[in-house]
Amino acid sequence: MQVSERWLREWVDPSIDTQHLAEVLTMAGLEVDSISPAAPAFSNVVTAKITALDSHTEDGKCHVCQVDDGSGQPLTVVCAANNVRAGMMTALARVGARLPGGTDIEAKTLYGVESTGMLCSFAELGLAEASEGIIELPEACDPGTDLHEYLKLDDTIIDIDLTPNRADCLSVQGLAREVSALLESPIEEVTSPTIEASTDTVFPVSIEAPEACARYVGRAITGVAGDTASPLWMQEKLRRSGLRSVNAVTDITNYVMLELGQPMHAFDLDKLDSGIVVRFARAAESLHLLNGQEVTLSVDELVIADAESPLALAGIMGGERSCVGDQTNAVFLEAAWFHPRALAGIARRHGLHTDSSHRFERGVDPDLAHLAMQRATQLILEIAGGEAGPVVCEEDIARLPQTAEIELECSRAKDLLGIELSADEIEKLLVRLRCQVQRSGERLHVVPPGFRTDLAIEADLIEEIARLKGYEAIPLTYEESISLDTRGQVAHTRPFESMKQALVGSGYNEIISFSFVSQEMETLFNPEHRAKALENPISQELSVMRSSLWPGLVQAAMHNFNRQQERIRFFEHGLQFCQTPEGLLQRPVLAGLICGNCEPEQWGAAPREVDFYDLKGDVERLLEVARLPQDEFRVSPLEDPALHPGQAAKILHGDVMLARFGALHPRIQAVLEINQTVYLFELQLDEISQRLPEPVFRSLSKYPLIRRDITLIVDEAVSAAEIRSNIEQMQIPILQHVGIFSVYTGKGIKKGKKSISLGLILQEFSRTLTDKEVEQTITSIVSQLEHQVGAGMRS
Amino acid sequence: MTDLDSLEAAALGEIQTAQDADALDAVRVRYLGKKGVLTERLKTLGTLPSDERPAAGQQINRIKSSLKQAIAEKKSGFEQSDLQHRLGREALDVTLPGRRQDLGSLHPVTHTRIRIREYFERFGFSVEEGPEVEDEFHNFEALNIPAHHPARAMHDTFYFGDGMLLRTHASSVQIRYMQHNSPPLRIIAPGRVYRCDSDPTHSPMFHQVEGLLVDEHTSFAHLKSMLVKFLQTFFEDEALQVRFRPSYFPFTEPSAEIDVAIPGSEPGNLRWLEILGCGMVHPAVFEQVGIDPKRYRGYAFGMGVERLAMLRYQIDDLRLFFENDLRFLKQFT
Repeated sequence: MQVSERWLREWVDPSIDTQHLAEVLTMAGLEVDSISPAAPAFSNVVTAKITALDSHTEDGKCHVCQVDDGSGQPLTVVCAANNVRAGMMTALARVGARLPGGTDIEAKTLYGVESTGMLCSFAELGLAEASEGIIELPEACDPGTDLHEYLKLDDTIIDIDLTPNRADCLSVQGLAREVSALLESPIEEVTSPTIEASTDTVFPVSIEAPEACARYVGRAITGVAGDTASPLWMQEKLRRSGLRSVNAVTDITNYVMLELGQPMHAFDLDKLDSGIVVRFARAAESLHLLNGQEVTLSVDELVIADAESPLALAGIMGGERSCVGDQTNAVFLEAAWFHPRALAGIARRHGLHTDSSHRFERGVDPDLAHLAMQRATQLILEIAGGEAGPVVCEEDIARLPQTAEIELECSRAKDLLGIELSADEIEKLLVRLRCQVQRSGERLHVVPPGFRTDLAIEADLIEEIARLKGYEAIPLTYEESISLDTRGQVAHTRPFESMKQALVGSGYNEIISFSFVSQEMETLFNPEHRAKALENPISQELSVMRSSLWPGLVQAAMHNFNRQQERIRFFEHGLQFCQTPEGLLQRPVLAGLICGNCEPEQWGAAPREVDFYDLKGDVERLLEVARLPQDEFRVSPLEDPALHPGQAAKILHGDVMLARFGALHPRIQAVLEINQTVYLFELQLDEISQRLPEPVFRSLSKYPLIRRDITLIVDEAVSAAEIRSNIEQMQIPILQHVGIFSVYTGKGIKKGKKSISLGLILQEFSRTLTDKEVEQTITSIVSQLEHQVGAGMRS
Repeated sequence: MTDLDSLEAAALGEIQTAQDADALDAVRVRYLGKKGVLTERLKTLGTLPSDERPAAGQQINRIKSSLKQAIAEKKSGFEQSDLQHRLGREALDVTLPGRRQDLGSLHPVTHTRIRIREYFERFGFSVEEGPEVEDEFHNFEALNIPAHHPARAMHDTFYFGDGMLLRTHASSVQIRYMQHNSPPLRIIAPGRVYRCDSDPTHSPMFHQVEGLLVDEHTSFAHLKSMLVKFLQTFFEDEALQVRFRPSYFPFTEPSAEIDVAIPGSEPGNLRWLEILGCGMVHPAVFEQVGIDPKRYRGYAFGMGVERLAMLRYQIDDLRLFFENDLRFLKQFT
């Protein structure tokens, strides 16, 4: 809501300056967004009269004007505007004037004529975005008056960011009431005389949809001069409120809306057929709107129609067929009350948002319609002439919003706000808001004023009390005690923090990418999945919910490849969105990406590119951080459309997949034009948090441990897991650990074979092992492996 | 006994001039070894007249210990200088960089979330999470934002066309939590939220931390003090200027917004920046989740994590948060 301070002060004029006024409004919940001057700076521009048009300049394009600027010294001014005529009052920038934008006016010779000054348009003075011709002022004004003074330009425009509950403040009257209540300043209300009918012209109205339109006030005015322009003072007020001047009748309906808060509409009476019908649109009806837009209407859209067809989208915008123009001789004025729910969402559906729809959607005071009708009639008769017919009013009072009585317990106000308040004080504050208050002890019966449609329950009144008292009056009171929930932290957030910290310790940078990706990326990584798609995405790049965090990680890596970064370790924590037969699953995952060298470039270590096992090591470390019992995992190869079929694995616990990881599929790498190998991992956090044991201490053995190394020759196809599981199956209690410290193929090993070296750690808890026991154990392990996986000992 | 004196002098001379540990040891063997000169002299003591023996014996023993001491000192000198040499040989260029893995970093949004969480945990708030693809009930209706409420237009919601949407605020979590838990309650709900809006100062995805407290005796004053203290703690500034002013949210009544004073464009100037929204839980919300509004009171608050992060780390462009540029990320180790 944009309002001229001068206009506001015509209603209520507290003795505080603009800044202070803005602060009062902001601190009352009417947040002032900006304060700006009503006109840009210019100087030495005065009212002036064109006394004569001498002739054209040589090229015939410009007029040579004789101008009286009140100085008694006639001036000659060259002007190219079309609307120049002798006898016209206009604005003159004298020699020495400075215009907005810093143009200085000097005397100069134009087309052979000495021009001393410049006749100005509104646009040239920064008072309009565009204008045709120079300013035309009323003939009655005196030449030589400073234009600032004449147009009362020493004004500020206050722009207020109103919250949707304060529909009552969408007018000068409403703001004035608010200021009056806040500062206890007297208010000067508009008193519009009741304009009695001077003709019998009646245009009938019928309401077919009273649930959507509970009051419709109409009036015909005949003999109107449609080509009248509205007076300058009105044009200026409209401009300062952000509205453009159109013609007197339209300007007046807008003016009344800004002044009182009642949106109005004027139809050209001669273009209407039979009578006004307020009804819902019929299927497939269409309407050509004032802004040139052709809309197809739906049956839930309220229209103002005549016998022929819809004339206007009710409460939103009028139609072209019945609009008021220069040729208009008679008008039909509308001031109606539409139900907010009937209009909600309709304007938006057609891509519209008008001053009228903005107000009706938020709620207009139903009592305004009659007042607004009188006010508009008065102004039209004054400005555009005509004869008013009788006021027609159709209404269904039962369907109008009723102001209900609200019960307020004073102790509840005190307790909820945490401040000391007496019933007296509460009553006084509410009365300032024009509430009717009846008191019985500590209990108040409050009827809010009709324009405060937002006040419906006790809590609403308590907020008003706090607002008037000032939120700064709310004390800083701390709780006396806190009842703590012994369930404590939600456990599952905890391991994730440690896992993130572990990743940071291993050189990973956390990223955050959008939860939506392009359909192309999604399909590239997960071709079988039908991703959940947004109905109204910002762009195609951000149109479907990701089923994995990998596309985002890869895109982030690519962003950095393009900035000469090749060594990347990224992770992200977020939800993946997977459509399953059971519905959409939103699962938290921790995913990562590595590529480039293992370590940052340095003098003391030979560069080595990361590989699958670096990735796997990081994944294993994460599971360790989450304290997962590693001996219960199973790692097995994985088929995943996003991963290299020979370098992809999953970690299972029972049948549940805890993690998947591997090298990005070369096919995807090629499509994305990435020229280095990228490795990806993903951990299912819900699965991991479900198996999170607290550590249980085991006593330490006092006896020495013994290490024996063995090197086996096996077929290349024999996996490390097979060897391990064969040893584990033997369930040797003294075998504490089996490590693999070397894997070798090449010289000295037959083709198709590999050597694998195991470090076996043996220990008995309560005594020292004998050499014999150790030898027996090693022999049995070797023999088991010989039988089960065909292992031979390296000679 | 000039003979022994000169022997001692010669031996001491040889010890002093020994060039290295081997030469020193040769001197020791020559004089003190099994067949050394002094050892031999001791063996021949018996050949001396008996009255001379004790004195000669004493003198030889004295010379022996004197030589031993001299040798030990000399030896220690050699060891010292050997060590010195070794230390010199082993000296490194300590200014060469260490061998290391890089330190990674947490995203500034995460750092900020942790700061926020740590404050509220001190007051017994626990962390809750909820789905991001939400239904209209939890995101709007239960929060007293019925269909066609003008506040819905302010939310610029992403829809899926099947009644589901991307949550526009983390407030949906308070509904889910209140549906399944009984008062007293105190939670914070951090997470991603979405608005269909994208320009230099709006991101279609950003982060919020929502908070909720419900008990029998809380008040607007408690809310104000909890949040004012939070901001002072977050910015580590006891004198932080904070403004508590009326606002409107359909799910709280009374509602407020809190601004903090930050340096303006001109030096010495302060300007107010809105930092969080809050209020007392609206009775209609309590009714939606089956909590008796006559018995319980509550407050709720919500804050944008990016805005707090921008202030804390002086980040001047919202878009940087989601570009994932390493040069940006590495600044937050």
